[in-house]
Amino acid sequence: MSLLEVRDLRVSYGGIEALKGVSFDVEEGQIITLIGANGAGKSTTLKAISGLVKSNAGTILYKGEEIQNIDSQKVVEKGIALVPEGRRVFANLSVKENLLIGAYLRKNKVEIESDLANVYSLFPRLEERHWQSAGTLSGGEQQMLAVGRGLMAKPSVLMMDEPSLGLAPQLVRDIFTIIERINDMGVTVLLIEQNANAALKIADKAYVLVTGEMVKSGPGQELLNDPQIRDAYLGVTNK
Amino acid sequence: MRVKNPKHTWYSILLALVILAATIYLEFNRSKYGMAVSVIQKSLIFAVVAVAMNLLNGFTGLFSLGQAGFMAIGAYATAMLTIPVERMEAVYYMSGVVPWLMSLKRALSVLPEPVLIIIAMLIGGMIAGLFAFLIGIPVLRLKSDYLAIATLGFAEIVRGIISAPQLDQFTNGSYGLKNIPGFGSNSLSFMPDGFGVLLVPLFASTILIGFIVLVINSSYGRAFKAIREDEIAAEAMGINLLKHKQMSFVLSSFVTAIAGGMLAMFMRSIEPRAFSTIITYDILLIVVIGGLGSITGSVLGAFVVTFAKDWFLRFFDVPLIIGGFQVPFLRIGFRMVIFSILLMVVVLFYRRGLMGNSEFTWHGFFNLFRRRLKRPEVMAETSGGSMSPIIIAPGRDQAPAPLIPDPPGGEPEEEADEEAADE
Repeated sequence: MSLLEVRDLRVSYGGIEALKGVSFDVEEGQIITLIGANGAGKSTTLKAISGLVKSNAGTILYKGEEIQNIDSQKVVEKGIALVPEGRRVFANLSVKENLLIGAYLRKNKVEIESDLANVYSLFPRLEERHWQSAGTLSGGEQQMLAVGRGLMAKPSVLMMDEPSLGLAPQLVRDIFTIIERINDMGVTVLLIEQNANAALKIADKAYVLVTGEMVKSGPGQELLNDPQIRDAYLGVTNK
Repeated sequence: MRVKNPKHTWYSILLALVILAATIYLEFNRSKYGMAVSVIQKSLIFAVVAVAMNLLNGFTGLFSLGQAGFMAIGAYATAMLTIPVERMEAVYYMSGVVPWLMSLKRALSVLPEPVLIIIAMLIGGMIAGLFAFLIGIPVLRLKSDYLAIATLGFAEIVRGIISAPQLDQFTNGSYGLKNIPGFGSNSLSFMPDGFGVLLVPLFASTILIGFIVLVINSSYGRAFKAIREDEIAAEAMGINLLKHKQMSFVLSSFVTAIAGGMLAMFMRSIEPRAFSTIITYDILLIVVIGGLGSITGSVLGAFVVTFAKDWFLRFFDVPLIIGGFQVPFLRIGFRMVIFSILLMVVVLFYRRGLMGNSEFTWHGFFNLFRRRLKRPEVMAETSGGSMSPIIIAPGRDQAPAPLIPDPPGGEPEEEADEEAADE
């Protein structure tokens, strides 16, 4: 049984169907990526899983339990955290406060402290700047903070929405290294990317979304060599 | 984060003692300083309302303008329950008192007056909290301006209901309520007659503001701030938006109503007209002048605005004749013109209020003076240099300078030991 099973998920925004029956599995301990163009429904899929948008049909099973359309609060409690698109750090709060809000639903102070230390060891930059307000951080640091904040919820599944968006190439590489390290720590990662090339390289399994439908799936490396995918998403044309 | 400086703790204790001593001094000489006493009382009450409003508008990011309504609820609850039973007939001379209120008051009259006043205020607070909870269910789904209009409407409805002729036997309608026991009334003074006019409101305000500070520093407060910053991200972190907005709204209304009760005691007689929208704007002004998101700013703002409006600027209301020449403009109401000009000046120079969204710290306070002293040197350094003529001052519209710690290095000698103590 997969950790997270999504079957025939349908979501519509005021009559326009954004997801037309999406199905995929997330296996424990893996990095799963959804790739696709703008408007393919990648973010909507994550929002539907985390309860931020309501789905019309389909099922979402987490550890065999139905979690479709429950409150976002319950989803976080069960161990699915979302690193939202565009970082969305709390600009006027300090870095440390941002991280503590990630652990908002947890009560055990000792565990929170040790996780805070973990996040700091993963991102030493955040420890250096823990008193600074998040809005003063650079784009890359804000992305690290957003990821760290997601980790503070102690998730089993960390969903990341376009973590490389708007970052310099060097920082994009760093972010992908960090995603792999987080995965090595035992956290299952569900990653959404427009940077298909980088995402496919680290993904154990990848799914391709086109206008709300799943058109292809397979191991990351396999898709990386798929001529169609190379043509459509990687900008490599086979002449 | 900056380690707490033990020296600064002592400064705080010292400041508290100075305030307490000054209050006691004014208490003993209250007949001489009548004006100061009443302005301080009013400032203390408005400080509480401003802090409560800041919890909602500054910390949770909910732009609510319902303060007048909640103050009215608290003021009327306190007034109706604390007017002495034997005075009730005289107060409700037009239409008489509804019988159940009289029997309730008789039942409560066994309590000593101070206890009764506290209970009355808490009841007022709880009624306001209940109303906030009920109207919060539909209204808190609205955002910014729409929320402001909805809560403004609520406040007007409250005022309308209180002054409705149908409720004359209950609220005494537009005739208002009189004979409310004031601060320093006989039963409240534990010392010679009238002692406590300042100490009691000071004590009450400190408790109420302290309560809100505790809420803001708790994990709930952090959640409120997260909602202010970014609702979607807050929700993604598992913060239940509606629940937390409700909590902030109910707490703010509860404290606002208690302050309304204090205002009733300060004014001694109240009428529905006193709780019109104007009072909400006065408080909004205090909050904005002090700085949205700063508790100390709200307290400071309450004192600055109330002192300026009700006292210092009185000078402009009195016609002044120098050597047979009457100075133009000086007449009743002119102080409000000056007051408005001062407001514009403050808002232009401190775009985010006196304190921005930072709190008062001794460190920032000392830096304020240090900057003043240092400024001439800085000018001297730059004037001869090859600076470009256009200088973009960073953070001009951000928090005022005193609260941004100085960059390390170049500290004056006498502050060196203080810096060492910080480590």
